Amino acid sequence: MSLMNKQIKVALIGNPNTGKTSVFNQLTGLNQKVGNYPGITVEKKEGVCKLSRGVKAHILDLPGTYSLNATSLDENLVIELLLNKKDKDYPDVAVVITDVENLKRNLLLFTQIKDLKLPTILVINMADRMDRKGISLDVALLEKKLNTRIALVSSRKGTGIDRIKELILDYRSLSTEPCVNASAIDRTYFDSLQNAFPDQDLYKLWLVITQDANFADLNRHTVPDTSSFNTKSRSELKRLQQKEAIHRYQFINNTLKDTYTTDMHAAKGLRASLDRILTHKVWGYVIFFGILLLMFQAIFNWSAYPMDFIDESFASLSEWAKGILPAGVFTDLISEGLIPGIGGVVIFIPQIAFLFLFIALLEESGYMSRVVFLMDKGMRRFGLSGKSVVPLISGAACAIPAVMATRNIENWKERLITILVTPFMTCSARLPVYLIIIALVIPDKRVMGLNYQGLMLMILYLLGFLAAVGSAYVLHKILKTKTKPFFVVEMPNYKIPLLKNVVITVVEKTKSFVFGAGKIILAISIILWFLASNGPSERFDNAEEIVTEHHQGTVISEEELQTEIASYQLENSYIGIVGKAIEPAIRPLGYDWKIGIALVSSFAAREVFVGTLATIYSVGSEEEDTIKNRMAKEINPATGEKLFNLATGVSLLLFYAFAMQCMSTVAIVKRETNGWKWPIIQLVFMSAFAYITALIAYQVLK
Amino acid sequence: MKTTIAHLKRGEKGIITDIPIDIIPVKLFEMGCLPGNQVELLQVAPFRDPLYLNINGSFLSIRRETALLIEIEKINETTEL
Repeated sequence: MSLMNKQIKVALIGNPNTGKTSVFNQLTGLNQKVGNYPGITVEKKEGVCKLSRGVKAHILDLPGTYSLNATSLDENLVIELLLNKKDKDYPDVAVVITDVENLKRNLLLFTQIKDLKLPTILVINMADRMDRKGISLDVALLEKKLNTRIALVSSRKGTGIDRIKELILDYRSLSTEPCVNASAIDRTYFDSLQNAFPDQDLYKLWLVITQDANFADLNRHTVPDTSSFNTKSRSELKRLQQKEAIHRYQFINNTLKDTYTTDMHAAKGLRASLDRILTHKVWGYVIFFGILLLMFQAIFNWSAYPMDFIDESFASLSEWAKGILPAGVFTDLISEGLIPGIGGVVIFIPQIAFLFLFIALLEESGYMSRVVFLMDKGMRRFGLSGKSVVPLISGAACAIPAVMATRNIENWKERLITILVTPFMTCSARLPVYLIIIALVIPDKRVMGLNYQGLMLMILYLLGFLAAVGSAYVLHKILKTKTKPFFVVEMPNYKIPLLKNVVITVVEKTKSFVFGAGKIILAISIILWFLASNGPSERFDNAEEIVTEHHQGTVISEEELQTEIASYQLENSYIGIVGKAIEPAIRPLGYDWKIGIALVSSFAAREVFVGTLATIYSVGSEEEDTIKNRMAKEINPATGEKLFNLATGVSLLLFYAFAMQCMSTVAIVKRETNGWKWPIIQLVFMSAFAYITALIAYQVLK
Repeated sequence: MKTTIAHLKRGEKGIITDIPIDIIPVKLFEMGCLPGNQVELLQVAPFRDPLYLNINGSFLSIRRETALLIEIEKINETTEL
């Protein structure tokens, strides 16, 4: 009975680019979930697979790893799990995924896993490419030589998946004998190691010792403590590791000699001819920028239609809820807080989905590695890596998916820097703010055929980019990490992306945004709604009477009266009081308390700025021209001059260019860095930087 | 003057002779960058950095600073013609 309920715990292990995730998708379908491992930001993908006879397998898709000698956080995780038998995820059986074209290199990891004395199944994937590449394989002999069971699989065609399921079900019959004796590389050393720790497994001890030399980040509570055993220097250990690699390759070469043949006359393949164009010194960049252009087109133009639709739908849903529910605070909360709050999350879905669609296509096809190759040199000057290109570009659409896209960067320091600087890129939410302020303060004149206003907009985009790479450079100089950054990028084969993989990626990433960041956005918008629709004093509660009384005797339309009441209420709401309270702090920047309200309310989302000003300046319609005219008439009570002059305008533009002002980004950075430390540092730094530049600009220009 | 991977021209091949074990990451050994294995330079980015290689059947790109550390013996194919 207990056997029926127990799930077989399976770990999928394999080098990157072996189609491991495709196999995972084939085994689990949409029956999977993506989360984070506690304490670190490595994605944890797990799913359930139904085997025959009512038995189920719990499948854990471990991060891609080249070997059991960790050089990244992802790889470290795999080793910690495999060294710790008490871990709840410790597998009953390991399934090692390999690519038939790279079998030699992929088998290195297999021999290491086998040395852990874990039941291990070998999956040889991409079997559909064997004919074209002239590869033939003696599976039966290979099974014997490697002392394992093999499934020849094509995750693309979906063949061989049932064989994996059969082998998993029958895992108890797998041999747990190692196929390489690692201790042969230095008998005396390994003997003394075993004598020092007679209860421990020798290969595991060796792994712990060498991890210390490489990565120095293993969790001491879960692995045997070998720190007392220091009989070799670092460089001696490394020499042994090289010997171990040679030893393993000797075994692999001997094994493959009789079982694996390649017909050299078979077609050389697509790689060389595609690479000649795609990594070309000139055409490579031209093509890359062409793809970028297409991406931006999609993110801005194509997603505008669904976004408008979502916007309108939520607005009418709000109206509808207001109409159908009995009037009261609860209805207001739903129609003014909850529904617009959910709408604020949902509206990001088209952009995020488009972005991840493109990224998934570029990744799946193998093109992304070529971009990394092309851009690495340029990015390195700023402490970034070739892999930072995609997030930075995405940041010009929206920082949220951009921060999520940094997951491709293995090196933690380079990834962290990328996460921290990406919000400087000019995202689409800054655009409406820029447009209205530029129209107000920058003259619509031309110099040498160039429009001042267009020029200003371009400068702002450029400033965002410069702030990003500039702060990356500073962070690069001050951040210290234990991991030594080094750059080895595998250049995978070109492949036609698998629809199923692309769809699953887009759905998973979008889902994790909606449920991850969504919760926080929703909470913030409800709080904002509360603060804007409640006030502590009589003046808030009796706004209607006060304003009506004030207008006694004057002719005023109902609509004008309503907007004036709304604006009077806002002034006396909690958020209005906050605006007045911070006025002394923002006066040196050239702002009054009304801009203060806009700043406070756009603290959560900068695009709120225009809408808030519209309400404050008692504008009934949100037509841009009207807001603009009203704003243009505003007088600064301190100076008696126009409030929105060049100095105030430029100061505001710079403030919005550099301030973080996006709760969703804070939420996503918190999630991606697993803690409040970095988002708070980022928020404080960006706000301070924005304040200081705005201050300098106003004081110089006024 | 010693020859390293960074000294290869596009399309040229060599046999790895010596690797400074202390500096080169283990990962590179494990990807097949070991003495005796063949390396071919396939493509270079502008400023010859990074380099795109075929090492022992693995397609990798490494930075120039790393390539300069890996000594090789060039295979002179032109003499075979």
